[in-house]
Amino acid sequence: MSDATLGVVPQSVDTIQSSYMAQVQRRRLYGGLTLLIFFVLMVSGFNIADGRNAGGFWDGLHQIGDYPADVLSEAWEKRAALPGLIAKYFPALVETINIAAVSTLIGAIGGLFLSLLGTRGLAKWPRIIPLFRRLSDVMRAVPEIVIALVLIFVLGGGPVPAMIAIAIHTAGALGKLFSEVAENADLKPVEGLASTGANWSQRMLLGVLPQVAPNYVSYSLLRFEINIRASAILGFVGAGGLGYELRNAMAWGPGRFDEAAAIFILLFATIVFFDQVSSHYRNRLTEGQGQ
Amino acid sequence: MLHIDTLTKRFGDKTAVDAANITIDRPSMIGIIGRSGAGKSTLLRMINRLTDATDGTITFDGEEITALRGAAKRDWQSRCAMIFQQFNLVPRMDVVSNVLHGTLNKRSTLATMFNLYPQADIHKAIEILDRLGIAEQAPKRAEALSGGQQQRVAIARALMQDPKIILADEPIASLDPMNAQVVMHSLRTIHEEDGRMVIANLHTLDTARRYCDRVIGMRDGRIVFDGTPAQLTTGVARDIYGAGADFSEAATSTEIETLDRPGIREAEAYV
Repeated sequence: MSDATLGVVPQSVDTIQSSYMAQVQRRRLYGGLTLLIFFVLMVSGFNIADGRNAGGFWDGLHQIGDYPADVLSEAWEKRAALPGLIAKYFPALVETINIAAVSTLIGAIGGLFLSLLGTRGLAKWPRIIPLFRRLSDVMRAVPEIVIALVLIFVLGGGPVPAMIAIAIHTAGALGKLFSEVAENADLKPVEGLASTGANWSQRMLLGVLPQVAPNYVSYSLLRFEINIRASAILGFVGAGGLGYELRNAMAWGPGRFDEAAAIFILLFATIVFFDQVSSHYRNRLTEGQGQ
Repeated sequence: MLHIDTLTKRFGDKTAVDAANITIDRPSMIGIIGRSGAGKSTLLRMINRLTDATDGTITFDGEEITALRGAAKRDWQSRCAMIFQQFNLVPRMDVVSNVLHGTLNKRSTLATMFNLYPQADIHKAIEILDRLGIAEQAPKRAEALSGGQQQRVAIARALMQDPKIILADEPIASLDPMNAQVVMHSLRTIHEEDGRMVIANLHTLDTARRYCDRVIGMRDGRIVFDGTPAQLTTGVARDIYGAGADFSEAATSTEIETLDRPGIREAEAYV
């Protein structure tokens, strides 16, 4: 018996080795071909894009630092005026942050309802779950800037259209994230509350929210950071705040670059500040809680 | 060969390993026993340099292991293979690739990325698998294998490193008795045939007795016993495990005949 197996084993190892080598060779061939196709597509795509570009990538490449250099040198010359300019634009910054905060709050409340109504097992009307899901798809599919442009056309410029535009997008985005959290919530407390005769909103408020609240708050804070950037950008299309001032300062060209620099500093400092604060609280919510 | 001198590891104010001294002159098979939290794993992890020591030194063939940094440290790790309780294979990769990971220290990242292992290494990997009796599993994904087979893949990865020392951290703690025997037997065979040093953390006394030439007992980070299996009496074992009122060797044994000795339990309860 043992002799027989000894006689067979080397031969079978050979077969295993050669069949595995064949497999490895095939895998390498496919991998190499994929890599080749990837590079061909990248290079040809780049050449097409470069050919259609008005200026040309290579011609423009060395000028890439010119504008920042202009801004920086002019800001450096007028550096004495910077603190005054920062103070001057601080109210615009507050407006930008206000837009972001209000729209995050309204968007989060909207997202909460969209998520609870669009999650299997929790929905009040299970049959129209797809309706709420598609609704949140549509709300986050349309870019903020498009909604803002339409609303500015209708309502006129100012912070309110920007706020509504960001809130709509936020509700859609948070609705999706919230419902993924809610799907993993434990349904036993909900069942327990249902057995006492609690209605739907009581069940959600007491059975689901305590479980999902840390995640919801964490996602909302993340969204708040994103919304500060979004509200600064919306200023470019006339929605007020820091973005509006930045566009003016940049459009007027040389001579007002010190103002552009002051606004950049404000925006950068604000985003870093809120990133740090919110990531600190998000870490505490997801990890800590002093368990 | 291997000389461990007042090796200490502290985590905050807790001392996991407290001034351990071990000298090993020739390749032998060594079992480390002790209850969980005694510092067995930390000791092995410090030898492999997965964990840095707080104090003390490890010397191997005149080279101070605890002082190694960067590439020299990784080179030592390639000479000092480690086997884990939970196997620590890459589950979604095939068995041969997992074994070939034993050669990573000699390969560049780029060659690894494109899976460019030399044919000789691939053949050697399959020969090692064959030696451990799992050559047929070569093309399968590691996650598709049973626990005992996965642990043998991990041993094959260790052998692929061609190490001087094999460290095994509870290699059989998550295996059933049959697979545990196969794995321990493989480690013993590797020690006897290849002359490699094997240091294994074990959680059962009888395994340590049956397979090891030398047994080291640890308790609360200190080495409290170092001798041959024959010197490891029930009394000594009670010291190692900290003689609680309900302790008996039967409690840690997996041998069937110990079940027939109910007297031990009551007798020791009064000691």
